[in-house]
Amino acid sequence: MIKVLYFAWVRERIGVPYEMLETQSGTVMELVEELKQKEERYQVAFSDLSALKVAVDQELCEFDARLNGALEVAFFPPMTGG
Amino acid sequence: MRVSVQLDDFDIGKELDLFRNSKSNTGAIVSFQGIVRNNSEKSLLNMDIEQYPGMTQKAISKYVVTAVERWSLNDALVIHRHGKLFPGDQIMMVATAAMHRHDAFQSAEFLMDYLKSRAPFWKKEITKKGYHWVESVLDDEKSLERW
Repeated sequence: MIKVLYFAWVRERIGVPYEMLETQSGTVMELVEELKQKEERYQVAFSDLSALKVAVDQELCEFDARLNGALEVAFFPPMTGG
Repeated sequence: MRVSVQLDDFDIGKELDLFRNSKSNTGAIVSFQGIVRNNSEKSLLNMDIEQYPGMTQKAISKYVVTAVERWSLNDALVIHRHGKLFPGDQIMMVATAAMHRHDAFQSAEFLMDYLKSRAPFWKKEITKKGYHWVESVLDDEKSLERW
């Protein structure tokens, strides 16, 4: 099981702050494709990946990052701290 | 070194007094205070700052350690609030302590640049007309290149 988290407008478009998933996806990109197959709300949220960032186990990474054994994946728009 | 991600407000004067007394060979302290700015129409009711609990503290701490090592700082402090804030409220502060001012200024700017676009916070502005998520600024991303 992997915990998938969503923040800011990604959370609003998908409708939940997080969900637990059973997945065979080997990379973040494969997970995104798997989610997009599920329901339209995922297609909407993931329609433009250049507008999104991803973190695997709370470390920022690229969409081609491997998931092997990861506990947590988070999707969110570019951060606006400070 | 201290990193605090918190809902509550803080007293920047008290924080800086404590910070100043933390190491005796400090000759320069630079501090920065971020404030909730109203928009040009003055229609901002409040701001909601969302964060990624768990990652936020870790990510900021990583940049603080980097700054301390790179500029041989005596100390560094970051306080960043989340939750509901109003125009004029304090959002965050950064303070850096060094033997000389150059290192204190540079490291404070470095920390601010990284907090802007690498610390997992998202700002939502609630105005009289509705709400919108604050978009990241390309210049903020570009300003990381100088480090």
